[in-house]
Amino acid sequence: MAEIDKSGQSAMIDQADERRRIIRQGLGRRRRNEAIFRSLGLAAALSAFGFVVVLFGNIVASGLPAFWQVNIETEVTFDPEVVNIEERPVLQPGQSVAEYRREDLAWQRRVSLANWNALIEAAIRQHAPDADVDTRSILSIVDPNARFVLRDMVIENPGIVGETVPIRLLGSANADNWIKGTIDRSLPDHRQQLSPEARALADALHEEGVMRMRFASHLFTNVDSRVAPASAGLAGAFMGSLYMMLIVIVLAVPIGVASAIYLEEFAPQNRLTDLIEVNINNLAAVPSIVFGLLGAAVFINVFGLPLSAPLAGGLVLTLMTLPTIIIATRSSLRAVPPSLRQAALGLGASHTQMVFHHVLPVTYPGILTASILGVAQALGETAPLLLIGMNAFVANIPTSPLDQSTALPVQIFLWQGNENRNFFEPRTFATIIVLLGLMLSLNALAIYLRSRFEKRK
Amino acid sequence: MSRRALAGPPQNTNRFAMHDVLSRTKPISADTRIRITARDVNVFYGATQAIRTISMDIPDCAVTAFIGPSGCGKSTFLRCFNRMNDTIEGARVEGRIEIDGEDIYTPDLDVVELRARIGMVFQKPNPFPKSIFDNVAYGPRIHGLVRTRGETEEVVERSLQRAGLWKEVKDRLHEPGTGLSGGQQQRLCIARAIAVGPEVILMDEPCSALDPIATAVIEELIDELRTNYTIVLVTHSMQQAARVSQKTAFFHLGKLIEYGDTEQVFTRPAERQTEDYISGKIG
Repeated sequence: MAEIDKSGQSAMIDQADERRRIIRQGLGRRRRNEAIFRSLGLAAALSAFGFVVVLFGNIVASGLPAFWQVNIETEVTFDPEVVNIEERPVLQPGQSVAEYRREDLAWQRRVSLANWNALIEAAIRQHAPDADVDTRSILSIVDPNARFVLRDMVIENPGIVGETVPIRLLGSANADNWIKGTIDRSLPDHRQQLSPEARALADALHEEGVMRMRFASHLFTNVDSRVAPASAGLAGAFMGSLYMMLIVIVLAVPIGVASAIYLEEFAPQNRLTDLIEVNINNLAAVPSIVFGLLGAAVFINVFGLPLSAPLAGGLVLTLMTLPTIIIATRSSLRAVPPSLRQAALGLGASHTQMVFHHVLPVTYPGILTASILGVAQALGETAPLLLIGMNAFVANIPTSPLDQSTALPVQIFLWQGNENRNFFEPRTFATIIVLLGLMLSLNALAIYLRSRFEKRK
Repeated sequence: MSRRALAGPPQNTNRFAMHDVLSRTKPISADTRIRITARDVNVFYGATQAIRTISMDIPDCAVTAFIGPSGCGKSTFLRCFNRMNDTIEGARVEGRIEIDGEDIYTPDLDVVELRARIGMVFQKPNPFPKSIFDNVAYGPRIHGLVRTRGETEEVVERSLQRAGLWKEVKDRLHEPGTGLSGGQQQRLCIARAIAVGPEVILMDEPCSALDPIATAVIEELIDELRTNYTIVLVTHSMQQAARVSQKTAFFHLGKLIEYGDTEQVFTRPAERQTEDYISGKIG
């Protein structure tokens, strides 16, 4: 008996040893697999991070120079010989307002016709008295908008005529290219944007310190311009984007969240709601340009909304954003633990009270994230806007969502196609920086709000 | 805390140890009022039948325990009393259930009113992610039982006192209820249920997520609450049923096998299946 016991015992010990051996054998392989998987994951994360760094680095490196532009700091003498204009008309007693306006406009037109360029030419010539440059070459290094700057100064303050005032004028886009070196300086004359005289003058002025780099604040205050690309700005596109964002926030967020709540919490399960659900999921996968076509066909052709208006654009983007918001909101509602619902119902809360007192408060962060995601997506959308005419050249800052306007991503699209490539390429990146900045601040707001909601719990 | 509480519930299912436990529960007198009447109740989840023709009377001011192996239908039956089965998709209840002689499955009965009369405590403590105060005040507020801040404070204090939690939380009423320990959370849920002033309290395995000491505290609380409320308790622990209940119902495979005074069910079960279960042969 005892021997059998012993042999049985040793057999058991053998079995245990064998098991341990097998486990140990497998352990090496498991560890190896684990290490392989972890290093693959790390490599994936690092390469993703690398791409982001390269992308952002490229954008920032290419876009930052566009925030500084060549300026000409000089003194302009408002020569009464050149600026030979009479007193601005004032409202005479007994004169109708309409008549006064007509007179005033006629005066402004006469003021515009003064030879402002002659003042600019004289101002620049005083820095290079010996240079043999023609008028055309001199004016080619100054932004064409400069003459309107002088005109507006006189209209603002007619007393300035006859005086000499220090002034900062924008350099032309071509001069900017030459000074910054965004054009190859060794190119032969016939391939240069400026004449040899103008190039020599620009270099001389730059050396003297008359031409120098200044922060291009007009990028944020001016609208797009074709005549004077150097003074073109983003203000119109920025306001257009802002209006559209406002429309998306006002329409898509409440409609999306409300329909998500209804579908998830209140809707009966039947064929109709199934159909709606399937369609919402399908809509999320529809290419955005299709929404643009829809907007053109419905909002503009049927409802007669103005072409190129942020209202039409905002509505199109609302349609496009709705599925995103609905789907994300529903999934955050679905994630609420059933125990919370039971607790509320068990206390005698009605279904509506359960939803609004308990389910929604815990999903606020999720709903907020969903909304921000949707709005950010809409903010960066370009394709549908092209189809409703928002790629039009608009030289006004829109004052209402019904005014014609463009949008930041569309402005990027427009500028990257500009024929003055070497001037507009950095500007395109600068616009991307502005757009990304807007999105990042939107995300930062979302994170801040979410952490506040979460703290309240 | 009493000695019983400190010792915690015994962990074995030995029937002989049960005698000692049972000596603490007295059978209720025969003339006790019947609070809940169930007649020929069937419950279906889609095509499967969870409850098979159960009839029973549940007395007032006593603890009635439902015991049985997992999946026997005891929780499902409990949830019939406040119509929580309504919230489960595909669930269907047949038969008649009356509370104080009033049919609770008539179409013109409002479940909101019913659930205000019948409180429920769940298996897992589920306080709202709000402050302790708001947790207790929520029920009275939505039912319009309190009008002023003073009234609310009074109800909250009284409920927390009844649930034996007041001393522990009175200085931190505005901290989140989810920050309490598991046992405290469950007592908060009980306080929340009794704040509405229910007539019946349903408890669905209220101690299954708690440690022995917290369990003992809750059991003592249940014993105290019995004087004012009708309590129906679903439990996995036969010791718990024996310790706190006056009536015990044994369920098996959706059927009510045996129902009687707790002492009788545990010491002289009439049915073979009951005996097998409480002696640990099935379950």
